[in-house]
Amino acid sequence: MILRLFFSELRLLSRNKAQVLNPLAFLFLGVMLFSVGVPSTVQSNGIYAGAVLWFIVLLTNLLALDGLFRRDYDNGVLEQILCASEIPFMVILMRIFVHWLHTGLLITLLAPLLGLALGIEAHALPVVMLALLLGTPALSFIGATGAALTVGFSRGGVLLALLVLPLFLPVLIFGANVINDAVAGIDNTAQLYWLAFISMVAFTIGPFATTVGLKISVQLQ
Amino acid sequence: MLSASNLISQRGGMDVFKSINFELKAGQCVEVLGDNGAGKTTLLRTLAKIHTQYNGHFRCDNFLYQGHRLALDELLNAVENLTWHGHLRGQVRSEEQIFSALDRVEMSRNSLSPCAQLSQGQQRRVAMARWLLSVAGVWILDEPVTALDQSGQELLVRILNQHCAGGGAVLYSTHVTLPVVNKLTLVVEAVENQRFAR
Repeated sequence: MILRLFFSELRLLSRNKAQVLNPLAFLFLGVMLFSVGVPSTVQSNGIYAGAVLWFIVLLTNLLALDGLFRRDYDNGVLEQILCASEIPFMVILMRIFVHWLHTGLLITLLAPLLGLALGIEAHALPVVMLALLLGTPALSFIGATGAALTVGFSRGGVLLALLVLPLFLPVLIFGANVINDAVAGIDNTAQLYWLAFISMVAFTIGPFATTVGLKISVQLQ
Repeated sequence: MLSASNLISQRGGMDVFKSINFELKAGQCVEVLGDNGAGKTTLLRTLAKIHTQYNGHFRCDNFLYQGHRLALDELLNAVENLTWHGHLRGQVRSEEQIFSALDRVEMSRNSLSPCAQLSQGQQRRVAMARWLLSVAGVWILDEPVTALDQSGQELLVRILNQHCAGGGAVLYSTHVTLPVVNKLTLVVEAVENQRFAR
C-alpha cells in the first residue's frame, strides 16, 4: 500500500512539471548570477563557493517547499489525509520523501555542474555530492514542518522563510565547511557525520511535527 | 452508529452553537439545518475529528467525511482520484469497481479527463462515486446538494436512500430539505452575541 501511494505521488509529480523545473531553473540562475557577478580578478572564488552553493540550495529548497502542501490544502485532500487515512503519518512521510527526491536528490546529482560553475576544483566534487546527499534530507524534513504551519496563509512564503531559514543554519555551517575543507584537502569525515546526524534527527522528528502542524492548519481552515 | 450528547463545538474558546443531542441508528438519516454561520460545517468537522475543540461527547465509528472541498486532485482524472482514495483507506479497488461506481453517477464518459476540466457539478458526481466505493458505514456530508442539477439531486437522494437501506447511516447538512426516507431533522442554532456578552 505504501508503495502504491509512493507511485501515485510520482505520477502527480509527472503531471506537475513546473513544480520540479522552476526550482531547478532558479538554482542554475542563482549559481550563474553569482559566477557572473564575482569579478574575474578574484581568483579565490573557491573560498566562498561552499557557502554560496549551500545558500542557493537552501533558497531553492524553500522555493519548492511553499508548494508542498498548498494544492492539497486548497482542494481538501489534506482533510482526507488527516481524517480518512489509516496512518496519516505515512502518507505525509511519503510526500516529504518525494519532495526530497525532486529537490535534494536532484540537486545532488547536478552538483558537479554547479560546483564547476562556482569554481570548485574537480577533486573536491565527490565530497560536495556526498555533503549534499547527507545534508539535503534535513532541509526537506525541517522545511516541511514550516510548510505545514504556514500552508493556511495565502502569502505564507515570507513567513515560511523566516520560520525555516534559522533552522537551516546548522546544515549551512557544516555543509559549507565540508566543501571548504575538501577544496583545501583537509579531512572532513567528522563534519559529514554531523550532516548525517542532523538529517537523521530531522527525519525522525520532522514527519511527526509536520503531521501536527497540518492538523493545526486544517483545523483553522 | 453515530451519537452526540451535549456536544458544543468551540472556536477560540467561545461556543459556536447551542448544545446538540442526537442518536443515529443504522438505516437512518439526519438532516442538519441551520442559518448561514450557525455552525453546521463546524459540527460536521467536529464529528469527523478535524475540528478538535469541543465540549461534550460524541461517538462516530468508521465514517466518511465529505467537506465543501471535494478532495479531488485537479491534476488527476476521476479514476486515478478514486484509486488514490482507496489506497488512503488501505483498499485496492479494481478498475471494474471504479468504472461501475462512475457509471452509477453517470460520469463514465468523463472518467479519463483531468478533474480540472470537469464542471463543479460533475466533480460533485465524482465525489459521490467516492462514497459509493467506500466501506464506511456513516457518511458525513457537508451540503451535498450544492452545484447539482435536477437529475443529480435525484441521484443523490437515490444514493442516500440506498445507503440507508443497506444498513448505513447518513448525516448531511443542507439548506434545501431532501425527500429522503426515514429522516430525522436537527437544527443547529448559533449562540447569539456571545462576543458582546463577555
